[in-house]
Amino acid sequence: MAKIIVVTSGKGGVGKTTTSAAIATGLAMRGYKTVVIDFDVGLRNLDLVMGCERRVVYDFVNVINEESNLKQALIKDKRIANLFVLPASQTRDKEALTKEGVGRVLEELRESFDYIVCDSPAGIEKGALMALYYADEAIIVTNPEISSVRDSDRILGILQSKSIRAEQDLEPVKEYLLLSRYDPERVNRGEMLSVGDVEEILAIPLLGVIPESKAVLKASNQGIPVIHDAESDAGQAYADSVDRFLGKDLPHRFLEVQKKGLLKRMFGG
Amino acid sequence: MSFFEIFKNTKKDASASMAKERLQIIVAHERATRDGPDYLPALQRDILEVVRRYISINPEDVAVNFDSLDDYAILELNVTLPETAPAQE
Ligand SMILES: Nc1ncnc2c1ncn2[C@@H]1O[C@H](COP(=O)(O)OP(=O)(O)O)[C@@H](O)[C@H]1O
Ligand SMILES: [Mg+2]
Repeated sequence: MAKIIVVTSGKGGVGKTTTSAAIATGLAMRGYKTVVIDFDVGLRNLDLVMGCERRVVYDFVNVINEESNLKQALIKDKRIANLFVLPASQTRDKEALTKEGVGRVLEELRESFDYIVCDSPAGIEKGALMALYYADEAIIVTNPEISSVRDSDRILGILQSKSIRAEQDLEPVKEYLLLSRYDPERVNRGEMLSVGDVEEILAIPLLGVIPESKAVLKASNQGIPVIHDAESDAGQAYADSVDRFLGKDLPHRFLEVQKKGLLKRMFGG
Repeated sequence: MSFFEIFKNTKKDASASMAKERLQIIVAHERATRDGPDYLPALQRDILEVVRRYISINPEDVAVNFDSLDDYAILELNVTLPETAPAQE
C-alpha cells in the first residue's frame, strides 16, 4: 500500500524542498517507486532542486483540472529509475488545489507508487493544508531557531486536527522531526538551540539532523539532490534519515563540531 | 576564528537557553488554546479589559483554558492579581 508523506514546517526557507528532493531520491535509490509533488502553487521550485525545470510541460493543476493526464505530467528523473516529479503550477490561483482534485490525483498515484512525497509550501493556507490533508506520515522540517520551532508546533496541531486522519478518527498521522541547518559550533557557544532542546519542546521522534552545509547550495546550483553527494555531511545525514525512515536504527551523526587543525583554529577558516 | 577567540571561547552566551524558556511557555500556551473555540482570544481580551477597570494587571495575568470532554466542556479562567494590587483611580 502506497504511503503519502508530507514534508512540512509552517515557516518558509527551513529546507522543506531540499528535504523533499533528498528523501524522495533516497527512497527511489533504495528501490521504491517514488513520486515527489510540488504543492507550492505559484512558487514552483522543486523542479530546480531536482534538476528537471526544462522538462516541465504539464503540472499538478493541469492534472487536477483534467487538462492533461498523470502520464503526461509526471517527469521521470534522469538519474534514478523509479523516481518521478510532479511540478507545481506557476500561474494558477491557489484555489486550484481542491480537496476533491488533490484526493483524486493521489488516489491514482497510490495505485502505482510505493511512496508519494508532498513538498508543502510555507504558511498555513490552502496549499499547506492540502499538502498535509491526505498524509499518512509527516516529516516536520525545523531549524534550531525560536520561530521555526513555534511554527512546527503549530503545524503539529494542524496535523492533529485538520488532516483526513484526524477528521475521520483514523490512526493519527505519524510525525517525525527533521532538524536542519544545524550548526554544532553555535550550539556549543550557547547561541543556538540544541537537538535536545528542540526534541524536548516538540516531543516527536527525531528522524535526523542535517548540518548547515555548503553542499546544499552547491547541489541546488547543479540541480542534483544533495543526497547524491555521498561525500558531503548533508548528503550522508539525509541518507541516514532515509534509512531510519525505513526502519533502520542508526546513531545520529554531525552533532559535534568537526575538529579543525590548530593552525586553522589560530588563523581562521 | 582569531587567535584571541580561542581563549574567549569558553564564555557562553546564554541566548539559546532564553530561547528555550520562551518557547516552552509560548508553546504550552498555544497548545492549551488551540483545540478551543475561536472566540477564546477575544474572550481573554474582554476579561482583561473588565478586570483592568478595577485592578491594573498585565495581559499574561489572564489565563483562559478550554477543555473539551465527552459530553461537556470546561472553560477555566485564571486571573492572577499582583501582590499589592494598586486600584486604578
Ligand atoms: N542544511 C542546509 N545547509 C545550508 N543551506 C541549506 C540547508 N538546507 C537548506 N538550505 C538552503 O536554505 C534555503 C531554503 O531551502 P528550501 O529547501 O528551499 O526551503 P523551503 O522549501 O522550506 O522554503 C535554500 O537556499 C537552501 O539552499
Ligand atoms: Mg519550498
